[in-house]
Amino acid sequence: MVDSSEIITNVMERRITKLLVQDKRLDGRGLTDYREIKVETGLIEKADGSALVSLGNTKVLVGIKVDVGEPYPDTPDEGVQTVNAELVPLASPVFEPGPPKEDAIELARVVDRGIRESKAIDVKKLCIIPGKKVYIVFIDVYVLDHDGNMIDASAMASIAALAISKIPVYEVKKNGEIEITTKKSLPLNDYPIAVTIAKIEDSLLVDPSLEEENMMDTRLTISLNNNNDICAIQKGGIGTLKKNDILNAANIAQKKAKEIRKIVKGK
Amino acid sequence: MVEGSQKKNLINKKGLRVDGRKPDELRSTKFEIGLLEKAMGSAYVEQGKNKIIAAVYGPRETHPRHLALQDRALLRCRYHMAPFSVEERKRPAPSRREIELSKVIGEALEPAVFVDLYPRASIDVFIEVLQSDGGSRCASISVASLALADAGIPLRDLVASCAAGKVDGEIVLDLNDDEDKLGEADLPVALMPQSESITLLQMDGNFSQKEFESAFNLALKGCGQIYDLQKQALKEKYSIKKEVLEDLEGEKEE
Repeated sequence: MVDSSEIITNVMERRITKLLVQDKRLDGRGLTDYREIKVETGLIEKADGSALVSLGNTKVLVGIKVDVGEPYPDTPDEGVQTVNAELVPLASPVFEPGPPKEDAIELARVVDRGIRESKAIDVKKLCIIPGKKVYIVFIDVYVLDHDGNMIDASAMASIAALAISKIPVYEVKKNGEIEITTKKSLPLNDYPIAVTIAKIEDSLLVDPSLEEENMMDTRLTISLNNNNDICAIQKGGIGTLKKNDILNAANIAQKKAKEIRKIVKGK
Repeated sequence: MVEGSQKKNLINKKGLRVDGRKPDELRSTKFEIGLLEKAMGSAYVEQGKNKIIAAVYGPRETHPRHLALQDRALLRCRYHMAPFSVEERKRPAPSRREIELSKVIGEALEPAVFVDLYPRASIDVFIEVLQSDGGSRCASISVASLALADAGIPLRDLVASCAAGKVDGEIVLDLNDDEDKLGEADLPVALMPQSESITLLQMDGNFSQKEFESAFNLALKGCGQIYDLQKQALKEKYSIKKEVLEDLEGEKEE
């Protein structure tokens, strides 16, 4: 069965491949150009922090909620970070309602790893009563419009939302109860940035659009911390990479992360 | 993961690791092929304390049918840990980690499989981690690849997988559980050695560009060693033994 959208896709794929040979892209970008990045923070007043990131037409909203709960037994004096991602059906004709499937879980875990491994959230400062009460930081990623590269947009929105998050300050009373006194900023140590690079035939390109994503052989997401050290990597898709692709991608990611960090921070 | 500056004494004064290995030394690794009766292909691996079994069913009819692909086989992979495989009992329902690993392991295996030979069929790879000791995703890929071979499914190559990482500031091969938990970085890699194609790459922790390159090269070397062990296991299972050959020749002469 061949429907018309499939024919358009085939024509577009051929066009994309043809342009890539000349280091050009369908939307006029160079291979290492991101689409326009826009960041708005604090849109959701009821959240402890929030950010809406547009990456071209891709839109991701992240809301932060901070709660108090029990620490993990192996880290009794550390706060807890959890990332959850929802690919809500209004974002794409191919997203369906229901519990998160492997794509959403992978997205959440890649975003989580970038934040966790760069030690962006100062979890040591999120302990209230060791072994009993710690802050739990919920990072909820809501993809609103999926036009490619959800991972980078989600990572940007997550760190931008964390950076403006306020958490209640608790006072521990003698009877072990806790009381809110005031609010303070969520303690952050780092500002990780994820850079996703797609491989199509022999070309490496950053920030793949949906069309590029649909035809790419594979993708590589590299997260970098303030120091420009690599703190997380994820390959996705059933294609393969050569050793040189990976080393080149690492180089590209290091250059792009610095630029993007400035844009997202608004400095 | 701990700060790079905090030494956890994972490497002693002689430069040896907690289990006595040299930095670039693989754990003792043994593959066994075809140990399950009902599966079309199966394999088992012990790598350090990892004990992992993999089975392949297919190519067979896809269920549910609407998932079938018109131009190729659907390769499905399930990575699952037994409740008793880790220190604290793991709940049997698949965790988010297991769902992610199932996805990336499937993606690591598929490039090696001629999926276009079996349109509309499914090839199901089931991996059960009976005991986990760090590096279980890599061991799972290596052993599942052998199970695919044992099932007689046409393959471009075996997929060999191994991790490298950083422990006490030093780049080491094939991290065990303690090194994985207390070390500074972990870099699992899967490789189709014939075409030098990388089919899995993940990383967490902290690497400078230079450290990343040397860890990556070490992981590729580890994949090469795993590849040799995989081939050896296949040969052991499938080459006709000398005595059998002599018997056959003897029968002919009679």
